[in-house]
Amino acid sequence: MDKFGSAESTKFDTYASRMMPREEYFTSGHRSCQGCGEALAVRWVCKAIGKDTIIAHATGCMEIVSSAIPQTAWMHPWIHVAFENTSAVASGIDAALNILERKGKLKGPRPKVVAMGGDGGTSDIGLQALSGALERGHNFTYVCWDNEAYMNTGIQRSSATPFGAMTTTSPPGRRSIGQKTWKKDMVAIAVAHGIPYVATASPGYLFDLYFKIRKAIETPGPAYVHVLSVCPTGWRSATDLSVRLARLATETAVFPLYEVVEGRHRLTVEVPKLRPVKDYLKPQGRFRHLREPEIDFIQKQTLANYELLLQKCKSSFPEFAPIHLPQVG
Amino acid sequence: MAQKMTAGKRIGMEVSIAVSYAVQLSRAEAIAAYPITPQTHIVEHLSSLVANGELEAEFITVESEHSAMSASIGSAAAGARTYTATSSQGLALMHEILFIASAMRFPIVMTVANRALSGPLSIWNDHGDIMAERDIGWIQVFVENGQEAFDHSIMAFKIAEDHRVLLPMIVNLDGFILSHVVESHQLLDQETVDRFLPPLVPYHRLDPAKPVTMGAFAMPELYTEMKMAHQMALTNSYGPILEVWREWGALTGRHYQPVETYRTEGAKVLLLIMGSLAEVAETAVDELQALGEPVGLVKLRLWRPFPFEELRKAVAGADLVLVCDRALSLGGGANPVLAEVRSALYPLAVRPQVLGYTVGLGGRDVQPADFIKLLRHGQAEAKQGPSQEFFMYGVRG
Repeated sequence: MDKFGSAESTKFDTYASRMMPREEYFTSGHRSCQGCGEALAVRWVCKAIGKDTIIAHATGCMEIVSSAIPQTAWMHPWIHVAFENTSAVASGIDAALNILERKGKLKGPRPKVVAMGGDGGTSDIGLQALSGALERGHNFTYVCWDNEAYMNTGIQRSSATPFGAMTTTSPPGRRSIGQKTWKKDMVAIAVAHGIPYVATASPGYLFDLYFKIRKAIETPGPAYVHVLSVCPTGWRSATDLSVRLARLATETAVFPLYEVVEGRHRLTVEVPKLRPVKDYLKPQGRFRHLREPEIDFIQKQTLANYELLLQKCKSSFPEFAPIHLPQVG
Repeated sequence: MAQKMTAGKRIGMEVSIAVSYAVQLSRAEAIAAYPITPQTHIVEHLSSLVANGELEAEFITVESEHSAMSASIGSAAAGARTYTATSSQGLALMHEILFIASAMRFPIVMTVANRALSGPLSIWNDHGDIMAERDIGWIQVFVENGQEAFDHSIMAFKIAEDHRVLLPMIVNLDGFILSHVVESHQLLDQETVDRFLPPLVPYHRLDPAKPVTMGAFAMPELYTEMKMAHQMALTNSYGPILEVWREWGALTGRHYQPVETYRTEGAKVLLLIMGSLAEVAETAVDELQALGEPVGLVKLRLWRPFPFEELRKAVAGADLVLVCDRALSLGGGANPVLAEVRSALYPLAVRPQVLGYTVGLGGRDVQPADFIKLLRHGQAEAKQGPSQEFFMYGVRG
């Protein structure tokens, strides 16, 4: 693991599966659903963060499937406290590591700190704690598992649920098209905090995900990685299509893969020719009720957002002037 | 500052400042706090101690009390000595996380500068905030004056961190009435406190060298057993609490008991109260005893774990106990302290009559004359048989 553990490795986009760590930190035997894209992402994020890392996890699918007393799937030091506060818990861990390091009470290298939560725990109920932790500049990486609804409680809509999707609280009906709002742009919210590293990632592109997580945890200060987590149970999709759907999300520009380093956008996975969004929508039962006008709207809105993203990537101006606070004391 | 203050010398300072010195002398390592009146002076002063390098600690300026308690759990889990302070709405916002902090057995110490809960909004003192958090599974004490606030703030770390205890602890002090008054304090020097309170030895912590999973969930076949373990931990903390208080008594000459009495010998009528109002009640007792009336005062210091036996001993021999709550159990028949006292005494074959009063809500002043009026009212009610489940003293309209 050590030879992949240095910042050096993040300078190159090396794609060779034999170079990936063999160590497993998220073990088999957990209770996630068949075809869970999130569990796949968790497994690879845990490889990327390496052994010397402390994880704070929000309540949610991944917490519930992995930590029933007396069992655990986590090989890392791991703590779950509640739903909306995982960024605050991570803040406390970061602060404690600071003072213990200053007092010489840490044995071994200072561990990295990673906070993890679902889309509800991140963009809805956990947004305040996350914003506070990003603003305070804690040295931690936040990973959002975005399966686009409250899957753990039975597929209720969140602010991350895409337009038109059927959930149990955004059901289509005579007066409803399903989710009636556009997906909240959590990445832009994270970028707006002026933090040094923000990225999107996907279990459909594991190398891309791996290196982004490595970059995130090697970045001093806060980093945010938003991971699309395909959920066959909630998306009403075939369990063998999870990786395919993750790739289609990127190939249709529904979920472009990019990073924002010190405010500068860069596409990390270029798609030479975009597929129509219906290729992505069609295999998913949650979009089954949509008709041509809604699909057209999704297509147009998706392209408009993508065009804006491409413009940002081409822009010679960053989203913010990089903030390098002077050190005091 | 505090280090330069020699033991034995009495120094006048605001009680909040004395508490912050106690936290400094305890060498707290992580402090996560959000401003709320009347807790602010404590954390402001701690913040400046950290800013000036007088306290080697991390001060986390969280964006809410919910995050203050969450960050406290994080820092305690990572192995740092952790302190926070709050009041009222802030404590209420922590509510969800308070149960988790104690269930996960983290020795966090928190000062609650007690203040009324909204609504209507009131920044002034009563015990409504902490009574809403009665069942959070923390050790809870009430203090009567600044010296006690200072003493208990240091002792709390030693109690909480004892490996036989491993529970978070709240020191309750009355907002404004204590937090903002200047009192005379006898501080200790750093060397003495260091001898009394050694560095924290975490029972378990988040450490890659020895990974553990904290905060796993329980299925129905385990939840009850885990709550039983929590209950046992809290009731069993009683012995170690007394040990620490005894050690403090030997060190400073200031002795503390779970239930304390004032001129109760031969007293047939007892007032029972928690917090700073006890000093006011003492004056009333003095006045009545000067008139030859057999009236005494019982002060409840340890609220959780509740000292059942000591309470029974303290009221033995009395005919009438008048319990003064500074909180209201809306729609209920007994306010929190009254309910606890009644349930402590109910199993006894011979027991005093117990009447309940709500006093001093939302900063309403209570003076010695009020206690005398309350006593007269209680005696009359006891004689004729109580006309209400409990009484709201001094309420108009």
